[in-house]
Amino acid sequence: MTTTTKYQQPNVQGYYGKFGGAFIPEMLHPNVEELRSKYLDIIYDPAFQKEYKALLHDYVGRPSPLYYAKRLSEQYGTQIYLKREDLCHTGSHKLNNALGQILLAERLGKKRIIAETGAGQHGVATATVCALKGVECIVYMGEKDIERQAPNVARMKMLGATVIPATSGSKTLKDATNEAIRDWINNPTDTHYIIGSVVGPHPYPDMVARFQSIISEEIRGQLKEHTGSELPTHVLACVGGGSNAAGTFYHFLEEPTVQLIAVEAAGHGVHSGLSAATTQLGKPGVLHGSKSLVMQTEDGQVVEPHSISAGLDYPGIGPLHAHLYDSGRGVFLSATDEEALQAAFNLAKKEGIIPALESSHALASLEFLSPVNAKKTEAPIPAKAMFTKDSTVVVCLSGRGDKDMATYMKAMEGK
Amino acid sequence: MSRIKELFQQKKNNILNVYCTAGYPQLNSTVPVMKALQDSGVDMIELGMPYSDPLADGPVIQASSTQALANGMTIATLFEQLRGFRQQIYVPVILMGYMNPILQYGFERFCQDAADMPIDGLILPDLPEYEFETEYGPIMQRYGLNFIFLVTPETSEERIRRLDSLSTGFLYAVSSSSTTGKDKDMNAVNNYLQKLQDMKLNNPVLVGFGIKDKATFQQACEHANGAIIGTAFIKALENTLDVEGDTKKFITDIKS
Ligand SMILES: Cc1ncc(COP(=O)(O)O)c(C=O)c1O
Repeated sequence: MTTTTKYQQPNVQGYYGKFGGAFIPEMLHPNVEELRSKYLDIIYDPAFQKEYKALLHDYVGRPSPLYYAKRLSEQYGTQIYLKREDLCHTGSHKLNNALGQILLAERLGKKRIIAETGAGQHGVATATVCALKGVECIVYMGEKDIERQAPNVARMKMLGATVIPATSGSKTLKDATNEAIRDWINNPTDTHYIIGSVVGPHPYPDMVARFQSIISEEIRGQLKEHTGSELPTHVLACVGGGSNAAGTFYHFLEEPTVQLIAVEAAGHGVHSGLSAATTQLGKPGVLHGSKSLVMQTEDGQVVEPHSISAGLDYPGIGPLHAHLYDSGRGVFLSATDEEALQAAFNLAKKEGIIPALESSHALASLEFLSPVNAKKTEAPIPAKAMFTKDSTVVVCLSGRGDKDMATYMKAMEGK
Repeated sequence: MSRIKELFQQKKNNILNVYCTAGYPQLNSTVPVMKALQDSGVDMIELGMPYSDPLADGPVIQASSTQALANGMTIATLFEQLRGFRQQIYVPVILMGYMNPILQYGFERFCQDAADMPIDGLILPDLPEYEFETEYGPIMQRYGLNFIFLVTPETSEERIRRLDSLSTGFLYAVSSSSTTGKDKDMNAVNNYLQKLQDMKLNNPVLVGFGIKDKATFQQACEHANGAIIGTAFIKALENTLDVEGDTKKFITDIKS
């Protein structure tokens, strides 16, 4: 594997290019500093690695398969592989990170876990690992999301977690994140905050990316078995905060021949006023402790995004991705609610897999990149991102669609 | 000499700094509230610039920010309101806010406009020390703005010394690691303030967070140069029909 890390790791201050850092009030300094000074030593301790790897294998169900999607490949005229994070325990990639962080929290001697959640997938993953370790778990969730995501709220409760509604501001994921951060400020010694994506103050973006990097580590080995080469030509993932994308890109970041394609949620359309396409609409700013691209008004107030998928409904993006966008290393596309729905139904019929709505955004982008009848996009796509019939394309199927059945049922009624 | 420095030279004890949110309770309340605070005998004013995601604040101050934003408050509007305010307000005024709105306004432009008013200093809780030193501190300095760092009971002695050396004006001692508006165990607070006092810092120390009435104010003042009241004052303005009268009543109760 390559040794240079132009993109993979932030500098000592937590910056990826212009983005990152730790913009936190002094009250959080001890917690964040403790984490920053210890996380690498803890994670790379052989005993930690042994326990983490064993649980990834026996509990999460890793390695997740890399599946050659034959009918999808025929449809799009190229070679498509699906990285099956949907088959992980709890139904998404979120568990990779939650598991890593609970083992870390245990070694830091923390007795109480807090987390934020939007759709509830990260909340469920966190509640799951807390049950596994017998640790108190408190999940902050926007009051509006609690109404929208009742099944996941019930799962968290059944797993023994306390779900606290975030009633401030817009009552969604960004406010749940604020409330979790406030809880951490008010409980500085006994509590660890398990952030669910590659966002937040340094070292969170790097730490979460490392825990999710198992995705691309496995892809390299599995692809070699399938094709004889560890390197695909393209890797695709959806981006909310960007953790499944960070994991999917991680071991290809320093491989310039591999195209990194990130797909954001365009909602009703990038410029409709109801969108979550942060790289298209955001400006540099500070949100939840790091400098990144942030969707905001001219006056610098953070705006509420929109996406049909609650997991992509976030007004920011991790600093790694802001840097990939800014530097041109990554290609950022977006798919609308409607395009994501179509892609979900297409995958169900073509491959017998019902994907999460988030992952369906990544699948939807196949339409724009295919060598046959590519769908035109508003902004032209760089030639290097387009597939040929011989491309090796890996799509991260970050989660399964069980949690989205209500939305899918509504879509079927409408047809 | 800066207004803040002058104040601390003239008065060493019982300094009362009161926080209010710009544009709250009404858009145009900003200057009248400040005037009422000054007329009631407040020594210094911390003026909060509302933000949608105020991490370091508790629910009461966040609600006042949400209200102020709904009233239409922006940084540009605030500077319009403040233009000429020094004809009425002579106490030191510190702007408190979060980085994001200021970055959008333009950091240098913000400092320039603040200095024009003139504002005396800034408290930006989410501006970290590294970025302060490498990027933003020199700009504030160029415009003669004081910058006040926060310390908490969890801050190590070594770090307190560092933050004290970087601060100008005063040091803001958060009375326990928490967001604004939480009740505090005053004994633990006393020990912590005693420690700060024994350290003989360069800057005067004002205690904030959890000071809500005469008793807590006096207790805080025993070990520090003064204290900052925020949440309790915002609460006092919550349903006010008489900003001036209610402000006077609130401050008089504390100073009596
Ligand atoms: C299945 C799935 N994919 C993707 C995401 C988006 O998060 P991230 O961008 O961090 O991978 C979520 C978030 O809830 C999710 O549940």
